[in-house]
Amino acid sequence: MGEHERHVYDVVVIGAGGAGLRAAIEARQRGMRTAVICKSLFGKAHTVMAEGGIAAAMANVNSHDDWQVHFRDTMRGGKFLNSWRMAQLHAQEAPQRVWELEAWGALFDRTPDGRISQRNFGGHEYPRLAHVGDRTGLELIRTLQQRIVALQQEDFRQHGDYEARLRVFAECTITELLKDGPRVAGAFGYWRESGRFVVFEAPAVILATGGIGKSYKVTSNSWEYTGDGHALALLAGGSLVNMEFVQFHPTGMVWPPSVKGILVTESVRGDGGVLRNSEGKRFMFDYVPDVFRAKYAETEEEADRWYADPDSNRRPPELLPRDEVARAINSEVKEGRGSPHGGVLLDVSSRLPADVIRRKLPSMYHQFKELADVDITAEPMEVGPTCHYVMGGVEVDPDTEGAVGVPGLFAAGEVAGGMHGSNRLGGNSLSDLLVFGRRAGLAAAAWVESLAGDSPAVAADDVTAAERTALAPFRDGTADNPYAVHQELQQTMNDLVGIIRRAGEMEEALDRLERLRKRAAEVAVEGHRQFNPGWHLALDLRNMLLVSECVARAALQREESRGGHTREDFPKASAQWRRWNLVCRLDATGQVSVDRKPLASMPPELLGLFERKELASYLAEDELAGLPEQPTGGGPR
Amino acid sequence: MSSVTSAPGRAEVEARTLRSDRWWVSPAVTFGVLFLFVVYATWRAFEDRHYFAEPYLSPFYSPCLATSCAPGSSDFGAAAGDWWRLSPALLILVFPLGFRLTCYYYRKAYYRAFWLSPPACAVAEPHRRYSGETRFPLVLQNAHRYFFYAALVFNVILTWDAILGFRNEDGEWGHMGLGTVVLLANAALLTVYTLSCHSCRHVVGGRLKHFSRHPVRYRLWTYVSRLNARHMLFAWLSLFSVAIADLYVRLLATDMFSDPRFF
Amino acid sequence: MTYSAHFRIWRGSAAGGSLQDFDVDVSEGEVVLDIVHRIQATQAPDLAVRWNCKAGKCGSCSAEVNGRPRLMCMTRMSVFTEDEAVTVTPLRAFPVLRDLVTDVSFNYTKAREVPSFAPPEGLAPGEFRMQQVDVDRSQEFRKCIECFLCQNVCHVIRDHEDNKPAFAGPRFFARLAELEMHPLDTVDRRKRSQEQHGIGMCNITKCCSEVCPEGIKITDNAIIPMKERVADRKYDPVRWLGARIGRRGDGGAEV
Repeated sequence: MGEHERHVYDVVVIGAGGAGLRAAIEARQRGMRTAVICKSLFGKAHTVMAEGGIAAAMANVNSHDDWQVHFRDTMRGGKFLNSWRMAQLHAQEAPQRVWELEAWGALFDRTPDGRISQRNFGGHEYPRLAHVGDRTGLELIRTLQQRIVALQQEDFRQHGDYEARLRVFAECTITELLKDGPRVAGAFGYWRESGRFVVFEAPAVILATGGIGKSYKVTSNSWEYTGDGHALALLAGGSLVNMEFVQFHPTGMVWPPSVKGILVTESVRGDGGVLRNSEGKRFMFDYVPDVFRAKYAETEEEADRWYADPDSNRRPPELLPRDEVARAINSEVKEGRGSPHGGVLLDVSSRLPADVIRRKLPSMYHQFKELADVDITAEPMEVGPTCHYVMGGVEVDPDTEGAVGVPGLFAAGEVAGGMHGSNRLGGNSLSDLLVFGRRAGLAAAAWVESLAGDSPAVAADDVTAAERTALAPFRDGTADNPYAVHQELQQTMNDLVGIIRRAGEMEEALDRLERLRKRAAEVAVEGHRQFNPGWHLALDLRNMLLVSECVARAALQREESRGGHTREDFPKASAQWRRWNLVCRLDATGQVSVDRKPLASMPPELLGLFERKELASYLAEDELAGLPEQPTGGGPR
Repeated sequence: MSSVTSAPGRAEVEARTLRSDRWWVSPAVTFGVLFLFVVYATWRAFEDRHYFAEPYLSPFYSPCLATSCAPGSSDFGAAAGDWWRLSPALLILVFPLGFRLTCYYYRKAYYRAFWLSPPACAVAEPHRRYSGETRFPLVLQNAHRYFFYAALVFNVILTWDAILGFRNEDGEWGHMGLGTVVLLANAALLTVYTLSCHSCRHVVGGRLKHFSRHPVRYRLWTYVSRLNARHMLFAWLSLFSVAIADLYVRLLATDMFSDPRFF
Repeated sequence: MTYSAHFRIWRGSAAGGSLQDFDVDVSEGEVVLDIVHRIQATQAPDLAVRWNCKAGKCGSCSAEVNGRPRLMCMTRMSVFTEDEAVTVTPLRAFPVLRDLVTDVSFNYTKAREVPSFAPPEGLAPGEFRMQQVDVDRSQEFRKCIECFLCQNVCHVIRDHEDNKPAFAGPRFFARLAELEMHPLDTVDRRKRSQEQHGIGMCNITKCCSEVCPEGIKITDNAIIPMKERVADRKYDPVRWLGARIGRRGDGGAEV
């Protein structure tokens, strides 16, 4: 092992999206020598795909907004399965995180009085999303990237070396976490360019690797989303929660085939776009669930009035949370009222003037024009659900993002679980990255300081073992190629553990996953180690298969429908099931196991933000019985 | 010409370019038209006659400032006096010429078409060394704004020339001929070309940091920006119009054509 | 709907390489990146290509298609005729790593040389007030997805490797312009633009604007305004004289 490139840091951040960069900035600002490791080039992370905005109750557009309202919306969106503490911290801290971006150079769209403009989004009671046209994710990642550069410039002035205290390792993949007893001691990976191995020694590792979408065939996620952080945490002895909850974004492109799944931002609906079926009907009016009925318009006339006068009208049902809209589209298509290529029609052309569309939705205009020959100012888009986000993730302490059971390991952003419950609201992801990225960086720094020099050590045997595992796919023989195994995995998850789930199908999926796991262990790759995508995929397969199994097992176990988990055989939400998280672990033999764990209960002052009637639709009888008779009402308005 | 796109460490590709479209058409056309204009303008500037046909003065010779100017053509006086023996066009042409030479559009056009630096995008240029506009003489391109100010003065002069075209051959007002239209069109196109200039855009408002504190200049900047988007078009149209106006005057002055009078 | 297309893809490394031929199926609506992936999955599993979002948003899959710098994910196959050979090479201004993947670290080095945004002292986060008209210009440059096609096509470095140390390239002229036009930035970068970043090397032949997949008017809206600002400072005798007499400041930008 002596020959491997080695680096010693205080904090190693795996992933350079919004959460990873924000965590690295915080750790570095707390004086930690910090490394950021990313699979892609610096600044290309999947965060750039986020379009709509960053949810933060700054109350710039509607002064009624505050963190309590945001908290309430988040809990409703997650169907009360959220970690209430994370939802609370998120709602409280998001505005500060957005303002901080502005101080680092971000240029959000403005209100007439010069503040950050905020837009409407599904599930948010007030206009709340800070945005830049429909490229907010790009603005976020670029701002954080430039903040990192600014810190490096500071180090250059002080030490004559840009990378003295903060270095980005681009195009580098981590394949194993290294431990010393129960504690994290570092990470092992390879440079994608050269295939050479690299060892990081660090007492604190922050996972910020994003999601798992590449296990699905139709997805808005990029190739990076192979569930690396999820799998690394599992393999290091951590646990995953809520893995059965996978968000299918209601509007992905459906045609042409090569772009199937690419995201169509929710802003299209937020800015006035409506969904119609092949009969021209605005079908969403038929799909408003009881819990939301009071908040959504019942007629097209009222819905249309809402855009101009949101205070005295109810919002259009197109802006229901994503899970509701995705299921509605799924049903319409299934019942034969879909569009020619198996989606529904999203129309903004008849609702807004062409120049307004081009100004407000420039990248959507561009995307449809370039990729599908569709002019969205003149004709409707064809859209359908696409795998977008996993609510589940590494089980963490809500305040520190420390992974349960693995001291020194932290997780933030999509790879962490709990914050969004069973369904994430649009716009809550970018704010999640910032709030918990910062908290993870802070806690990692505190952890390193608390060690006071008693740093864990990397064991030579662990490095040798990691190296052996990584080289395994270079085997002789006529075994499977990794692309074939990956395709089959995607098809399996898409068909059998997709939007609508059935027990029999999930059992079949588990069978198939078992077989795929065996095949994946035998795949062979050609060529050498230098930038070899076949080899990279072969290594990613392990992670995707582990995570997919967690999703399938948890989904099979949860016998209710809630948020991003819909069971055809159990179509209703169950108040009893709401009390449980499903926690996924690896046992000593490497088998995935899923156990129930009770959900932390919300303190009375937060419960008091909801009306009892509403609580009754989520909580079980005995939970309600324990509440004071007259809760404090609907919260501040 | 060998490719200079290759350098150690880069992907080895023999071809100077792999472009399969007809990338050479545009620089070739630019070269041809500009070359013809330069030949024509040089000939006319040195010709020193046939530039005045009452009431029309060729834009190449306006203002005509030498004592040797054709009688009646020195509307702004013979300020240069009688020491100047060469063509009076040479006294003043440096200003419009300088404006066009330092123009941000023409720079692109002639760097590409004449200097092949580069001939087209992703087509290797033939030069071994390149220092851009950092040294003499090209550093003088930074003087564009002064030529812009001068061009504004010339716009006024040429507009005045066009207004003088509302006279008849005896100097009486209230008449108009085809020549008046030609000079008016030329003055208008030159003015639009001048106002659409990048330096103009900078001066009226581009250099401001806060548009919101200068609403009038912001308004002006948006107008100029709109024109600026078509700077290339105006550059060509005004180039043609100035040559046509001169040619028209020459045709009248040499009696090869007689000016149709409207009233 | 499907036809067989002829592809020529550059394969190799810094040590050498050549165009290799592939015949591959193409279906309706596909883009060049789809075809490269198909070749990877069926004929050349170790074909190196860099990509990410496949939606024109991340700027990873930059390459040269039939000699023109482009994003592979945004180059539709329908722009070629069925019998036309499609040639794909890596970016030619940067060192090649393998096949279609180049070393773009030049750009990250240059990014570090641009002084960062510096808001006024004492202005706390949350107190920033900016008008939309004052951020419009900088927002255009912030659309940049850093695909580096502009850097790649710019002949100043594409054809003259020796200019690289002294030239930041169009991407960073746009960054400089973004900061100069930022309503709350306090640093004057004009002197540096000329002396360290080499804006004078640009001869405004506009190829950067031509290849920009985001349609940013780099030359007209960033480089020329920056050249004019440099001229304000250095080549404007009226302002220079004013500064000497002490009446008009140092030729500083107007607020």
